[in-house]
Amino acid sequence: MYLTKEEERILSGEEGEERKWAMETIVALGEVFGAERLVKISSSQVSGVSPKTIGKYGLKFLRRIRNAKVSVLTTLNPCGVDLKRKEEFPKDFVKEQEEILEIYKGMGILPSCTCTPYLVGNTPSFGEVISWAESSAVVFANSVLGARTNREGGPSALASAIIGKTPEYGLIIEEEREPQVLVKVKTDLNDEAEFGALGYSLGKLLKDEIPLIDLGNRRRMTLEEHKQLGAGIATSSEISIYHVKGQTPEALRKEMNPTEKIEIGEEEINQVFEEFSESENGPLVVGCPHMTLREAEEAKRFRGKVLAYASRCVASLVKESENFKIYGDTCMVVSPLREMGIEEVLTPSVKAAFYMRNLSGIRVSLIRKREALNEIQG
Amino acid sequence: MRFKAKPIFPGKVRGEVLYTEEPITFLGGVDPETGKITESGHELEGKSLRGKILVFPSAKGSTVGSYTIYGLKVHGNSPLAMICSKTNPVIAIGAVMAKIPLLEFKDIEKLKKAREVIIQEEWIEIVG
Repeated sequence: MYLTKEEERILSGEEGEERKWAMETIVALGEVFGAERLVKISSSQVSGVSPKTIGKYGLKFLRRIRNAKVSVLTTLNPCGVDLKRKEEFPKDFVKEQEEILEIYKGMGILPSCTCTPYLVGNTPSFGEVISWAESSAVVFANSVLGARTNREGGPSALASAIIGKTPEYGLIIEEEREPQVLVKVKTDLNDEAEFGALGYSLGKLLKDEIPLIDLGNRRRMTLEEHKQLGAGIATSSEISIYHVKGQTPEALRKEMNPTEKIEIGEEEINQVFEEFSESENGPLVVGCPHMTLREAEEAKRFRGKVLAYASRCVASLVKESENFKIYGDTCMVVSPLREMGIEEVLTPSVKAAFYMRNLSGIRVSLIRKREALNEIQG
Repeated sequence: MRFKAKPIFPGKVRGEVLYTEEPITFLGGVDPETGKITESGHELEGKSLRGKILVFPSAKGSTVGSYTIYGLKVHGNSPLAMICSKTNPVIAIGAVMAKIPLLEFKDIEKLKKAREVIIQEEWIEIVG
């Protein structure tokens, strides 16, 4: 890989150990993926914030590079705690969380604590090169915004943020974003949860092939539906971009003619709901990925116990009630839900269902939003 | 039998193979404190990676997986080495941080029946 004089200097350690580590990390990636050079990025999103996901070992690692400084706009994934009501969370957990956040803030990272940075102003436009972690945000940025990023791991996104560059490989390159498979959807999807299920099912089927999804003459997808579709695909595969015929920006700009073709219908969608059907009761847990204002306003109308999760920005604007609680800064996946007494839940998010079951051992049922509404109202 | 692969993080080890054709989620799918696969319904559910040469197609899911791979090492539960048919930034950087040899080898099914392999630089050799 070609490195400029300045990049060589950083690599040799002349600008300190932390920048050396960061440069080594992105150069290693570049070598692995055959990049020819590093290119500038306009922003980064860093994952690996909650003590629940990075553990003591992650904190130890962060302590080692704590003196590093980021050189581009960098936002942060959800942490494990609602910072406005720490008292509800286990004490030791909060303490560990505070140290992690202090380290990130010390590096110049904005403590946005959300998996939807694109909703709070870290919003790249078409063609912008970025280096993001957080799989659902990566898919959204590539597919819906037309920005360019690979699915970086937490540490590699951090390394890119420190240097302000990423190796030019994978989804940074236009040709690598072309779809390989045309997916004809043979059923009418009318619920956000079904879009999540479509994504999850597609990811399992395609593993790493990029889909061009044909929804027929259906109305335009909403932002919330895109959020679920992308989070679903990211959960079950390493696919980090999708296109929707006549809807997503790259599919609108050019002719796409994938060679393979598959069909997906009601049966595949229903299978996903069957895969996650272990609970009958429990609170309705919503906001994975973090809610938009529109979703939060809608979720307030649910009766029964609702636990909602959003960025601080959204959470601070939405009124709570006895049965509707909205947490900011954190989410159902990265907070210690089980330790807080929750053993079974219902959720319309397939990503949340997958991680609550596998990471937290919570009994989960994936439900359609309209089902939840009916069930709770009826 | 010997196959040429692409070393992502090279090393020399000999060990027993743990093989799967299902992608692995590191965060939530593997417990760094026990070394076991925990993803419900995964064909390796309940099996331990510790001391094995893990052969798998690719990694799916969370970008925090790099830290999980590092965590396996810190807890002494890491695989001896990993062979995957397609690498991505999450596992590549995880392997580099944890110093676990990682090779990319497109035709992993050729290792399906192998019990034991030796990895050295870019070579994978079936020895049992």
